[in-house]
This record gives sequence, structure tokens and C-alpha cells, in this order.
Amino acid sequence: MTGYIIKRLIAMVVTLWFIITLTFFLMHSIPGSPFNEERNTSEAVQRNMEKFYHLDEPLYVQYGMYLKSVATFDFGPSIKKSSQTVNEMLGRGFPVSFELGIVTLIVAVFSGIALGIIAALRHNGFIDYLAMTIAVLGISVPNFVLATLLIQQLAVNLAILPVATWSSPKHMILPTLALATGPMAIIARLTRSSMLEVLTQDYIKTAKAKGLSPVKIVFKHALRNALLPVVTVLGSLAASILTGTFVIEKIFAIPGMGKYFVESINTRDYPVIMGTTVFYSSILIIMLFLVDIAYGVLDPRIKLHKKEAS
Amino acid sequence: MELRKQHDNRNLAPDIPDEWFVPKAKDEDAAEAVVRPSLSYWQDAWRRLLKNKLAMAGLFFLIALAFMAIFGPMISPHDVSQQSLANQNLPPSSKYWFGTDELGRDVFARTWYGARISLFVGIVAAMIDFAIGVIYGGIAGYKGGRTDNAMMRVVEILYGLPYLLVVILISVVMGPGLFTIIFALSVTGWVGMARIVRGQVLQIKNYEFVLASKTFGTKTSRIIKKNLLPNTMGPIIVQMTLTVPSAIFAEAFLSFLGLGIQPPFASWGSMANDGLSTILSGHWWRLFFPAFFISLTMFSFNVLGDGLQDALDPKLRR
Repeated sequence: MTGYIIKRLIAMVVTLWFIITLTFFLMHSIPGSPFNEERNTSEAVQRNMEKFYHLDEPLYVQYGMYLKSVATFDFGPSIKKSSQTVNEMLGRGFPVSFELGIVTLIVAVFSGIALGIIAALRHNGFIDYLAMTIAVLGISVPNFVLATLLIQQLAVNLAILPVATWSSPKHMILPTLALATGPMAIIARLTRSSMLEVLTQDYIKTAKAKGLSPVKIVFKHALRNALLPVVTVLGSLAASILTGTFVIEKIFAIPGMGKYFVESINTRDYPVIMGTTVFYSSILIIMLFLVDIAYGVLDPRIKLHKKEAS
Repeated sequence: MELRKQHDNRNLAPDIPDEWFVPKAKDEDAAEAVVRPSLSYWQDAWRRLLKNKLAMAGLFFLIALAFMAIFGPMISPHDVSQQSLANQNLPPSSKYWFGTDELGRDVFARTWYGARISLFVGIVAAMIDFAIGVIYGGIAGYKGGRTDNAMMRVVEILYGLPYLLVVILISVVMGPGLFTIIFALSVTGWVGMARIVRGQVLQIKNYEFVLASKTFGTKTSRIIKKNLLPNTMGPIIVQMTLTVPSAIFAEAFLSFLGLGIQPPFASWGSMANDGLSTILSGHWWRLFFPAFFISLTMFSFNVLGDGLQDALDPKLRR
């Protein structure tokens, strides 16, 4: 297990390095400089500005400086908003995005599992079909469409919930709902199919024969095994929720990290693009790593180091 | 007299003389007759798919969507990019079936024009994933050992990359457009396919029929073509039916961030993005039609993919 974790840690660092390098060289291969728009600056001023951001150095020097700054978690100042550093932006935006992401993940996981269990227990019954219809619709409708529909119906027509921004628990309902529906649907489908498989196994029959209550059978015996496939997709679900926050934050005008990311893309603010990308990627890669470890802990049959070797 | 002895042992009929036992005349034809109609793997899968109503509905919608994508812009009396300032933001009517947008363009024509782009993106991305993934995964799985290890390291790193972030980065660098979207989606998209193919090949190459082929001295290329690939087709097809909607989704997502198809061209994603800003002024049709058809396409591909997964799984054969 320790050997496996070390191996995975190394792979994680390599992946991160790959992303940092990719981001760096991609950003610097964009034609044009971030100062192009300010046409009325004189050449001397422009050169001074480039000097300040080290844009006049050769690429490998910039790359070296960039690696160093990433290693010390200092992404430097923003080019477009000169009074702010990337760290400040992340510090301000991340707690909001994190809150949205975590609430969404919790809602999606619990409601998805609940829906999946109910559907599996009422297999081929009305509730099963209803739950799976909801699930397929949840996968099919893009979250920005759902968000708009929710705003239009609940916030504008019925006026029971606020339209946008992020200040009270009431404000959190619509963005969370819009963002959680897709992941919830995926979890519900997975839980249902693995639950159906587990329920036919002999040890469940044994449990029934022993006279255990249905609640105990489902939650103590079946669910633990049925949830393994759900754990495997948690990593990629977290990824989709994270990227989903760009869109949802834009629609609901939530002052999170996604806002800075999208803005920085449009204004070619290199330090901000690189900082947010590296930050997002690190979170994702760490999530994937934790999910892998959790998987090994949950399922004692899986010998992680063997899986690695095969 | 094997039978007799058995009887003796069990003391069931001790007094029956041996002469009473007459061997039944062998009827070779009857013994060899095939009672169940002989079906190839694909015929059987198709038969099972036909029984799955939801999957057939998905297939029907997809054919209908493809038909409209080809002929829709021709059916419409209005041109895709023909602007008419007198007819801005009209609701659906007998003249403009899906209404018009803020430049007076016909939403019906644009919806089907957008269908072309969205379906094109999805299908081309799936085909590129297929080509790269099958070759890469096939080689890794067939060679095995050190080659496999090295090749899978690369896949592992790419698999850990946040897919949409990379797509966004590439779109920023290359500038928005159709080619960029397809390229960006293909860069990381093939990894999933490669993993599936490699896993399948790894398993199948040790089966007896492959060993038999090898014993006969069949060439490697022929083994891959005739033995390995046909047997991995099931999971590959399922994966492709899931790649198409995720590519369409990604395109819509990019268009929504302003990195997708640029005007005057339209895709469902960019139309929905344009429509979003006007929804609060009551122009619901501008969001509704593209969003509805994105959802219908996603739905169809998903249920068809599920149906195919069941139909192509030999274990579920009844």
C-alpha cells in the first residue's frame, strides 16, 4: 500500500508538471501580447512593462522563473488588473467556488444514491421508471439550459428565489440545483445498476434468510458493495462540477474563481490563466488521487500494488 | 452394459434381462439438427436491440435529426444568414416556424444548420478517438510487457488532465473555430478509447482461438484484424455512442464561453448562448429550440448507448 501511494504520488507530480509546462508553452505560443490593446502607449513604456513582467527574457528563462513561482505558490501579479496579484484573486474566488462545489457534490451524491437505491428496490416498477427518466433527463439537459429555466421559472415568474449572486443560503439553492442535477443523474444510474447486481448475490439471500430487516440488508450489506463503482467516478464527477462552475458562476454572477478564469481567457491575462489552470488542475489531480486511495480502503479485495503492475 | 450396472447398484429393476435392452437406432440428422435459428453475434445483438423500445426510440430520433440536419436548411423558405431588420425577434409563426433572432434571421433554418455543425463535431471527434484509440490501445494490449507499461504511463498522465481545461486552453491558443474544437476534443479524447481497447485486447489475446490461430502460423496483422478487433467491437461501439454526445456537449460548453463556433456560423451551443441573454425579455424560442435539440440528441445517444451495451454483452443473451 505504501509503495503504491508513493508511486501514485510520483505520477501525480509528473502530471502536474506536464500541465504546468503545457500551460506555459501554450500561453506563450498565442500570437500577440497582452499589451496589444493599449495602442497609445509609447514603445519605451511598453518595453518597460514587458520588462516588469519579464516578458523580454528568453522563453527558457521565463519557464524557469515560472516553475520556481509555482513551486512557491506565488503566481505573481495580474497583467490586466495591475493592483491585484493572482494569489489575491484565488484567495477571494476560491472559498466561494469551493462552497458551491462542495454543496453541489454533497447534494448530488446523497440524492443520487437515494434515487438509485429506491429505483433498484422497485426494479421495473413505476418508481424505477420515474427515477430513471429523471436521471436520463438530468444527463441530457446541459446545465446552462437548466440554470436558465430555473431562473426564469422560479426566480422571475414565481419570484420565490433570488435571481443571482451569492450571499445567503437562499441564493445558493438555484445554482446548486442547476449544477447538481447532471452528477446526481450519473450517480443514480450507477447506484441502481450496481445495487441490482448486488441484490441478486447469495450473501443477500443469506441475510434475508437470517431474517434481517430490509433496512439493515440494504444499508449494511448491499450498499457498501454497491457504492464501489460510485466511488470510482467521484473523481471525474468532481472535475465536471468544477468546470461546470465556470458556466454557473457566469450565469448567476457568483464571484468565484470561474469568473476570473473566464475573464482572464478573454483578456489574455497570462499569469491569471496559468495560475487558475494550475490551481484547478492541482485540486483535480489531488481529488483523483484521494479517490484511488479511498477505493483501496473500501474494497479489501483490491490489491493496489498489483493493479499497478498489471 | 453400463446402464444395467447402474440399475443393479440402485436395486431398481434387478430382474430385467439384458436382451430387453435394444439400442435405439442412431438418427444422425436429428441429433445434429439446429433447433434454435443460427444467429451470428451481430444478428443476435441487432435482434436484442430491436426489442429495446427506448433504444429504438433513440435510434429513430437520431435518424430524424440527421435527416433534418441534411434537409432542414433546404426545407426552410429562408436562408440561414439572411437578415431582415423588419422581422426582429418574432415569435414562432406560420412564416417563421421557430421564430427569428435579433437580426431577423430564421431560427428554424439556423437550428438545422447548427445541427449540421453540432453533429459533425460529435461524429468527427468520435471517429478520431476511434482511430487513435484503437491503434494505440491495440498495440499496447497486444505487445504487452514493457511496451504496454510505457504506453500506459502516457495514457495515465493524459487521463489525469482536466479534460475541459485543456480543451479551453487549446481553444484560447488556436483561436475559436470548428477545426480548433475538433482538434482540442481529440487531443485528450482518445485516451478513454485506448484504455478500453487495451483492456479488451489484453484479455482476448490469451483465449484459445487466438492461440490456435497463432499455432497455424497466422500473421500478426491478420490476428489483430480477424480475431482481436471483431471481439472488441462491442465495447468500442458503446464507447463511441457515448463520445458523440460528450463532444456535442463540450462544443456547446465552449460556445457558451465564447470559444466555440463564431458568427455568422451557428451551432446549437452558440445559439443557446445567444438565446440565454434574451430569455428574460420573453424571447423563449431563441433558447428553447437549440436547447431542446441538444437535449434530445444527448438523450437519444445515451439511451442508444445503454441499449447497445445490453445488446452487445453476450452474457445478457437470453
